[in-house]
Amino acid sequence: MENFTPISSLSGGAIIGLAVAIFLYTHGRPAGVSGILIGLFTWQKRDYAWRIIFFIGLILGTLIYRLSFGFDETISMYESPILLIISGLLVGLGTAFSGGCTSGHGVCGISRLSPRSIIATGIFILAALITVTITLRV
Amino acid sequence: MGKNVSALCVGLIFGFGLGLSQMVNPEKIIGFFNLSDAWDPSLAFVMIGALAISFIAFRYIPKIKKPLFSNNFEIPEGKIINTKLILGAIIFGVGWGISGFCPGPAISSISYGYFETIIFVGSMIMGALLGKIIINNFWKEKT
Repeated sequence: MENFTPISSLSGGAIIGLAVAIFLYTHGRPAGVSGILIGLFTWQKRDYAWRIIFFIGLILGTLIYRLSFGFDETISMYESPILLIISGLLVGLGTAFSGGCTSGHGVCGISRLSPRSIIATGIFILAALITVTITLRV
Repeated sequence: MGKNVSALCVGLIFGFGLGLSQMVNPEKIIGFFNLSDAWDPSLAFVMIGALAISFIAFRYIPKIKKPLFSNNFEIPEGKIINTKLILGAIIFGVGWGISGFCPGPAISSISYGYFETIIFVGSMIMGALLGKIIINNFWKEKT
């Protein structure tokens, strides 16, 4: 468990929880990233701006973290472009079908004790576990 | 205006949290699902940290009259476990396991400036659009 980072994980998680709480207080809805993305495809112009602004904030927030504390940290990806495209398509399609992702079902839905979200989260964690177990051995 | 400002603030805080928790790094996600000596439980701790705050938020905030910048709360009330939910969760989980990217971290990882993350996010948007088209035109199910 040499890569385990309990303190930054717990505090980073709490900061994500704070973002969820502020969003609920100001917008009155769950801060599910896939939900905010898919809402763009209802083609309602008046509902566009805040979604795009949220994504810009998401990118800038991580950039601010990198420039303030995490300058020596990087991210690593192993996949070929083809696998990244397949993975991206599956993540987009799957979250559209199930109506949520790690933030929407995993954080907001479980907080509400929603049976749909608890089941969805259990299933996608299991599916990811099986996928990683297979791909690391191929 | 208030809606846009709060969306920006929420995005900034969310993105900062994804950076600090290193969930933006696919290696941390793969490490969680790799049940070996190198197992990395970080993802579970991120979930615990986030749930501790959001659980309280969802308990008390919806009791106020209305949200600050919206006329009503829009919280999904669906309870039906249908094929769409289950199949969608399986498809998402497989995709997540292949790359280690889920939607939030994928978008926030654009801040690292790697071309790969753009490829992923572009494909994810296409996949979500495809899913939305299928749901709207071919697959109406009660939720």
